[in-house]
Amino acid sequence: MAQNTRDWSVLTRAKEFRPSDDVVAQLKDRAQFSRLETIRLIEIAKVGHYTSAFSAAELFAVLYYDTMNLRRGESAWSERDRFMMGKGHAACGLFPILADLDFFSKDILDGYTRLGNPLGDHPDMTKVPGIDFSSGSIGHALSAGAGMALSAKMLGSDFTTYAMIGDGELQEGQVWEAALFAADKNLGNLVGIIDRNGYQLDGAVDDVIGVEPIIEKWEAFGWDVYVVDGHDVADLATLFRALKAEKGRTKPVMVLAQTVKGKGVSYMETEPGWQHLGYLDPGDAERAIKEIKAMAI
Amino acid sequence: MNQPLSEKSWQYRQLNAVTPGLDALSDVLLELVAQGEPIVAGTADLQYSNGLSKFHEECPDRFVQFGISEQNMVSAAAGMAAVGMKPYVATFASFMMLLCCEQIRMDVAYSKLPVRLIGHHAGISLGFYGTSHHATEDIAIARSIAGLTVIAPADGEQLKAAIRAANDWPEPIYFRIMRGRDPDVYGAKPEFQIGKAIKHGQGSDLTIIATGSTLHPSLEAAKVLREKGHSVGVVDMHTLKPLDQDAVLEAAKSSVVLTVEEHNVLGGLGGAVAEVMAEIGTGARLVRHGIYDEYSLIAPPTHLYAHYKLDAAGVLDVAEKALS
Repeated sequence: MAQNTRDWSVLTRAKEFRPSDDVVAQLKDRAQFSRLETIRLIEIAKVGHYTSAFSAAELFAVLYYDTMNLRRGESAWSERDRFMMGKGHAACGLFPILADLDFFSKDILDGYTRLGNPLGDHPDMTKVPGIDFSSGSIGHALSAGAGMALSAKMLGSDFTTYAMIGDGELQEGQVWEAALFAADKNLGNLVGIIDRNGYQLDGAVDDVIGVEPIIEKWEAFGWDVYVVDGHDVADLATLFRALKAEKGRTKPVMVLAQTVKGKGVSYMETEPGWQHLGYLDPGDAERAIKEIKAMAI
Repeated sequence: MNQPLSEKSWQYRQLNAVTPGLDALSDVLLELVAQGEPIVAGTADLQYSNGLSKFHEECPDRFVQFGISEQNMVSAAAGMAAVGMKPYVATFASFMMLLCCEQIRMDVAYSKLPVRLIGHHAGISLGFYGTSHHATEDIAIARSIAGLTVIAPADGEQLKAAIRAANDWPEPIYFRIMRGRDPDVYGAKPEFQIGKAIKHGQGSDLTIIATGSTLHPSLEAAKVLREKGHSVGVVDMHTLKPLDQDAVLEAAKSSVVLTVEEHNVLGGLGGAVAEVMAEIGTGARLVRHGIYDEYSLIAPPTHLYAHYKLDAAGVLDVAEKALS
């Protein structure tokens, strides 16, 4: 259940924001689709970030199929909500969703990472319709998102900007520059999301360079913080709907999504060696697909 | 304490008043705002140094104070450009191009966003503030970033002309400027075309190619050389990228080409001209003058210009040696 350290119930207890069972089923299905496509795409590349994409699969599904104001097939619509992620290496989980929303042809997915294809390990806004901002160098996304959110206010636009960052990304100094900036400029139209999956390349985030206490840090920087199970599509949809409905907010929001790196594939969830890059032989991929299809969240 | 201060005393916030040349940037941006352009101007705690304080005062809704967070400023400017604004962000050239190099490459240039990066107090113009505040590497860095246009105006009027000319330029631009104290080279509203160098006379003995702050002393030196009977031309290479190759080839019809820059002689104007001349195989001799791959001493800027032969007398001396 979503909870906020102060007053989460104000936003999330209202039944009006709970998605219907049908919507929940659809969102679960789209998260599963993202995971299955991630396996298919990485089979083409022969290496990729399964676990980073899996921790964010429900977040992608809820944002793109429930929360964000988008028009199918119209990736350049100026009033669309924007999304970007500092953890650009999870893009293999997002590209299939963008194709599914008709932002580009599904055929392009089949050439993922091959010579001349627009889809690489990290998203490029100049090549991929539907990518609102390029990434790959950790730490820039929240700044770019803050720039977009401030522009929306200057332009009198109503779009919301969603910027997802990794928990390891909190080690980048620029994140904290953006944290100060967004609060100072009263960017209530900016929603940050921390994918708190606990791992980075060299090990557990809190073994590499500790980032706790996360909630207190963001609150101290002037943000409203909400903690949510990042794999519970109903809670995620409820929270994001409630945030959308809260008009006139002057504080930026940070959603701390508690996630599991590699969510959906048992050994990826538990074996530290799987916590970032890897490749599954087709036989192993087949077993992973079975597990993903059997997932009950 | 009630005794009034001398008229010669001044405080930081009066920098604009004592340096009228600092108004150029604000003036041209206000002009574009008045034309309805979605301009936004930002700086990282240096509004009095770059004169954007005037813009701030007159157009507060379009001014963004980023604080001492240059990297956030550059990435945020990219985000602004991505949703339709025309952002101009300014800080010292050293911080802009060295501290924010990666944000510029990834968020601005690679992402093909029309952000305008204003690197002011470039070269050694911050004098005794020292190496941390000097930028003698910025042209080399900027030139090697694909998709980034690099312009170094010689004075305030040329800066304004360049910004007007670049209003609809689809690529990001790095404007390398000085400290608002440049002697006037050009009058009001000079012609300006991105990538098209400006010729100041033709010379068979020597052509000096200068950029930004070195144009004025080069023109002064050329005057003296002509009086001494030499045939000397000067080229204002205000756009360092894309470089006007035809202008270089034209210059190479002289016996000697002398590049003069307030920058390391490696990788900057001299390097760019050398690349063109070497590839084409011109017969002219090239002399590259600037900072010779070292960190500048500290001193007031004019003293440094004399020491490093970047003032008129210094350029004259270097040119005469090149001609002998």
